[in-house]
Amino acid sequence: MANIFAFAESRNGKTRKAALETVTAARSLADSTGGEVHALIAGAAGISGNAATLGSYGADVVHAAEHPGFEKYNAEALAELCAARIREGGYRVAVFSTSAQGRDLAPRVAAKLGVGIVTDVTEFKLDGDNVTVKHPINIGKVIATVRIKSNPALFAIRSGVVTPAQNAKAGRVEQVQPVGDPSSSRVKVTELIEGGSGKLDLAEAPVVIAGGRGLKTAENFKLVEDLAAAFGNAAVGATRAVTDDGWRPHSDQIGQTGRLVSPDLYIAVGISGAVQHLAGMRTSRTIVAINKDKDAPIFKVADYGIVGDVFEVLPVLTEAISEARKSH
Amino acid sequence: MKIAVCVKRVADMDVRFRIAQDGTSLDEAGLKFDINDFDAWAVEAALQLKEKAGQGEVVAISLGPDNVQETIRKALSMGADRGIHLKADKIPFDGSAIASAIAAELKDGGYDLVFFGKLSPDSANGVVGTVVAEKIGYACVTAVSRLEIADGKGKAKRELEGAQEIVEFSLPAVITVDEGLNTARYPSLKGIMAAKKKPLESKPAQLGEVQIEIAALEMPPERAAGKIIGEGAAAVPELIRLLSTEAKVL
Ligand SMILES: Cc1cc2nc3c(=O)[nH]c(=O)nc-3n(C[C@H](O)[C@H](O)[C@H](O)COP(=O)(O)OP(=O)(O)OC[C@H]3O[C@@H](n4cnc5c(N)ncnc54)[C@H](O)[C@@H]3O)c2cc1C
Ligand SMILES: Nc1ncnc2c1ncn2[C@@H]1O[C@H](COP(=O)(O)O)[C@@H](O)[C@H]1O
Repeated sequence: MANIFAFAESRNGKTRKAALETVTAARSLADSTGGEVHALIAGAAGISGNAATLGSYGADVVHAAEHPGFEKYNAEALAELCAARIREGGYRVAVFSTSAQGRDLAPRVAAKLGVGIVTDVTEFKLDGDNVTVKHPINIGKVIATVRIKSNPALFAIRSGVVTPAQNAKAGRVEQVQPVGDPSSSRVKVTELIEGGSGKLDLAEAPVVIAGGRGLKTAENFKLVEDLAAAFGNAAVGATRAVTDDGWRPHSDQIGQTGRLVSPDLYIAVGISGAVQHLAGMRTSRTIVAINKDKDAPIFKVADYGIVGDVFEVLPVLTEAISEARKSH
Repeated sequence: MKIAVCVKRVADMDVRFRIAQDGTSLDEAGLKFDINDFDAWAVEAALQLKEKAGQGEVVAISLGPDNVQETIRKALSMGADRGIHLKADKIPFDGSAIASAIAAELKDGGYDLVFFGKLSPDSANGVVGTVVAEKIGYACVTAVSRLEIADGKGKAKRELEGAQEIVEFSLPAVITVDEGLNTARYPSLKGIMAAKKKPLESKPAQLGEVQIEIAALEMPPERAAGKIIGEGAAAVPELIRLLSTEAKVL
């Protein structure tokens, strides 16, 4: 029997999808050994209100740390807290997310515990006493099976590779105290600039519509946004050609040097499909490509390709998606 | 201002990789190597700070076999002042083991800032800089796309999913560099000549215990061959049908 730790990420007091993914992943690991899932959430006063949600995704115990110093992402204090929890709880495995926050946090915790860390994990297994994970290397052109010898074993999962699944547990909530004074961290987030409120982002959305240079101008991204809006559960992404030209912020970039996404549906619009772009999206479940060049490499990975002009196809597709959504 | 930059020698990714006989490493024959892109941006950031201050030193550090000296020379040819080669038979996959050796080198070096790349594309973990910061007790800011340093303090922008964070921090600090911070300069001919004469010290790397290792490598499953379902707007109804009945994503 082994208990599993899951870090439950939040932003602005709201649980992120990443948290449901880590809890779901931890649940499957715990079930394979008959152990419990203990999730940790931290935030300003009231954050323990999110415990019920974590419980419904399979956390047996939710440790909640409420402190004004946790209102914004507080890397140093959170890392101290995670390390202390993991030490005390004697967990066999600790699961983080490979989100912007998880990428920052997980290696800090690993260093404090003196153990190794693997990020961007796409599969994981606890078999007897062996923890092995799959981790794409060389921009996803090769897949490594990695043995994590340390105990506890720490890893961070790629967003989208685990589908959050309800698995209700009583979800006992326990308040925990920060280690030291969270307000004394040397690194302070002074401002959080959010896209549009209520909009889904690349780590949250089950559908991603990504635009490339084929859109010609920043203004034409409106077509991509309209399609995303028609879906209602879609985020907008972009290629490096687009972020380099400043049409979209760098945080929208998908690929080798940008975000790694794995949504249920990825629609590539006016994107050639360079290897560096594929590196960030080829594990998506279903890929659709719209490109006027029938020889564009994106068609090699697209489940469904339409050869055509984005300016002609997108408005019609947006209309059709709105219709399809309405009839549901 | 004393600044260190850690640079990794990585293969050009724009090729088809082959798994070596041992099954746990890649065949290096025919691969081209250069400095990791993120690390070139890190060198650029360090050089810009030194130039702005009008004084200081930029030290380039790389861990690996003798061939990583080429990577250090690249940083020197861009303008770094001297190099340190931490010698190891190979570059381990375990980033924490690498971090131990780099931390041991940096610990008493009196650096105000240490720059890393956000990620190396080969091992693809993005952990070395952060682990080093913890080991040497420096403040750490990761994935920085904008940076200002003044009066012993820093202000940085970090890119999150669908949001950005503005972060303030104290020096000394470790910074890991994201794309967008700057554009790396090309070494000038003069820079390349000068680099040959710059000091480059080589010493054994004090690697940490390896706790993460590759058990096997495989090629990713091929996606089913792509399918073009039609041309132009006329193909939209068929796409909708496939998305709802076959892919079941609508
Ligand atoms: C080290 C390195 C890292 C990189 N990292 C990334 C990364 O993280 N992410 C990334 O995306 N790229 C990355 N790149 C860049 C990558 O190599 C490509 O240059 C980039 O992805 C191309 O973007 P694109 O597809 O938008 O543009 P293009 O390659 O120019 O493709 C535009 C496409 O639009 C099509 N098109 C044009 N007009 C229309 C129209 N009216 N209707 C329909 N289709 C049309 C064209 O046929 C073409 O296929 C990286 C490159 C390097 C060297
Ligand atoms: N062998 C190495 N020598 C010097 N720096 C390294 C080495 N490996 C990683 N780094 C640094 O750590 C960063 C992140 O690497 P990684 O954690 O491997 O993704 C790189 O961009 C480099 O700045």
